[in-house]
Amino acid sequence: MKRSLSLVIGCLVIALALTPCAWAKSKTIKIGINAPITGDIPKVGEGSKYAAQMWLEDVEAAGGLEVGGQKYKVELVIEDNEAKAESAVKANTKMITQDEVLAIVGPQSSKQAVPAGGVANDWATPMITPWSTNPDSTKDRPYVFRGCFLDPFQGPVVANFITEEFGAAKAAVLYDVASDYPKGLAEFFKIAWEKIHGPGSVVAFESFTTKDADFSSQLTKIIQSGAEVIFTPQYYNEVALIVQQAHELGWQKPIVGSDSWGSAETVNLCGPDCYGLFFSSHYAAAGATGSTKAFIDRYEKKYGYVPDDVAALTWDSLGIVQKAIESMGKMTGNIEKDRTAVRNALAKVKDFEGITGKMTFTEDGDPIKCAVIVKINDKGEFEFYKSVCP
Amino acid sequence: MTVFFQSLVNALQWGSFYALIALGYSMVYGVLMLFNFAHGDVFMVGAYISFIVATALTALAAAGTIAIPGWVVLLLTIVCAMMLNAIVGIIIERVGYRPLREAPRASAAITGLMIGIILETGVLAIMGAQRAKFPSLIQSVTYDVGGVFITNKKIMIVLVSIVLMLALDQFVKKTKWGMAMRAMAFDYTVVPLMGVPANVIAALTFAIGSGLAASAGCLFGVAYPVLDPYMGIVFGWKAFVAAILGGRGSILGATLAGFLLGFIEIFVALIFPSTMRDFIAYSIILLILTFRPHGFFGEPHSARLRL
Repeated sequence: MKRSLSLVIGCLVIALALTPCAWAKSKTIKIGINAPITGDIPKVGEGSKYAAQMWLEDVEAAGGLEVGGQKYKVELVIEDNEAKAESAVKANTKMITQDEVLAIVGPQSSKQAVPAGGVANDWATPMITPWSTNPDSTKDRPYVFRGCFLDPFQGPVVANFITEEFGAAKAAVLYDVASDYPKGLAEFFKIAWEKIHGPGSVVAFESFTTKDADFSSQLTKIIQSGAEVIFTPQYYNEVALIVQQAHELGWQKPIVGSDSWGSAETVNLCGPDCYGLFFSSHYAAAGATGSTKAFIDRYEKKYGYVPDDVAALTWDSLGIVQKAIESMGKMTGNIEKDRTAVRNALAKVKDFEGITGKMTFTEDGDPIKCAVIVKINDKGEFEFYKSVCP
Repeated sequence: MTVFFQSLVNALQWGSFYALIALGYSMVYGVLMLFNFAHGDVFMVGAYISFIVATALTALAAAGTIAIPGWVVLLLTIVCAMMLNAIVGIIIERVGYRPLREAPRASAAITGLMIGIILETGVLAIMGAQRAKFPSLIQSVTYDVGGVFITNKKIMIVLVSIVLMLALDQFVKKTKWGMAMRAMAFDYTVVPLMGVPANVIAALTFAIGSGLAASAGCLFGVAYPVLDPYMGIVFGWKAFVAAILGGRGSILGATLAGFLLGFIEIFVALIFPSTMRDFIAYSIILLILTFRPHGFFGEPHSARLRL
């Protein structure tokens, strides 16, 4: 009796000791999702979660991820970061050390992505932040990538688009000198524009300060300067005032904006004055074609609303991770080695066809990708117009 | 040359707002010897009241309950907003300033700052942080006069402001109440002893100042249809500068200085880099005050000042 008991215990111990190997051999890949499910921006977390679940459905339908001729099952580990920096760090640490995820997608906002990226890089775990535009998220972090373009890239994109679309040679810029994002983007645009059209081709580089409501002097100067187009990388509240006042001062030429225009509020505040204008963005829901449209329709059918840019970028980030894993050749079973292999595969991804555009990563882990030019149509919807590449 | 005239038109509109708000500062100072630092926020409240009234009237008109053209709605909005904001002004005077009338002047000034914060956060709590879109009551029409673009809104704003300023001038000069206000301004201590009801005059002064601020708020909504709860702060400071520049307590001075401020801001931005606009504009005003410390129409310190 005593002997059989010790035999049973012995068997159990051996079985227990073998279990991790058994799991590894059962071929499961874990992907971590670090998203703000609760907190200030729950809609962002919801979009990330829904996009990830749709991706998982596809993978499961295909029988898992195929690495080196073998199918691996995929498991998603979704952690809530409460839209807080410290919770995002905690979530990353937990997923890396306890759940042993192979790669992490998220967090979304730069506020969480910058510190959480540090954790991922320290643990040598590949991470893609789909939505963070702050250069610091990926800077000097070989294991951290992002799914969206950066502001130093958006400037040239808009400059190229205006040159091709309107054939303009002289541009004016109107921006808020007291806010980092518009100021940075205005300067990137100026550099890009003068590269194409030569020094002095930005004929008016006018600024104002946050909370200003009257732009008549700046616009009068711009109109006098002979500019053929105005670029204004402002937020929706100023966009409405600038566009309206420009029209009242007799400006009939195009006004172009950046991804900060991409809020439903822009059209609410601006009204018909903004119809027919263009801005650069990550993605446009109305008028999308091909795989982008398929994604939107599927998402809308499943969850009841049109997905925003976060959901689309999360979808693409997961797609890139999938492509990287599938191109690895083989899984060693050693999580640290495999993570590094995924990282190297990610860095090698070329021309990934995403729904937000084609992507190739630079050395910093930032994608070279085409931006989408959105047209505000006559119904006030954001309509896909074309994609512009650097 | 067209640039000059264009900017002149722009400056007239911009200056109207400063003038209307500066009048409120100046009148309260003239009668009660205190600067109502909440006045910029009273302007903001006036803009929000106009927004609510205009939105309600537009909704009624759209539903077919009342069939009135946009300009009548606008006129009704201005009148309603002025009356409602006058009540707000009376409440502020009664709750905030009257208990402190005999307190040191610094206490009253601090009270103004606190009332300002209460108004900002109150509107924020009620209306939310998202920007309010002022309904477009009148269709904007742009006239091209020899290269100078003038909109019907601009004409309307400048005209309404001038009419209000003239009305105020006549009220203060011709009516018994106006006379009582002038008498209070002349001697705050003795005049109440002669049967002038000081509390009523104080409330009236606040009501008129707040009414003018509401008209400025409504016109502001027409010209710049994006409202937020903090829009009154910097605007209030600048109008305060205009009140000082015009000469404390002077109606004509506040009006002219308000317009002058508008002109300086617009033309400085036109000539110099726009980043330097406020830096240069307010340096110029500082320079003017150095040579005319009492403003254009202010009197040197005399016995009538209790500061």
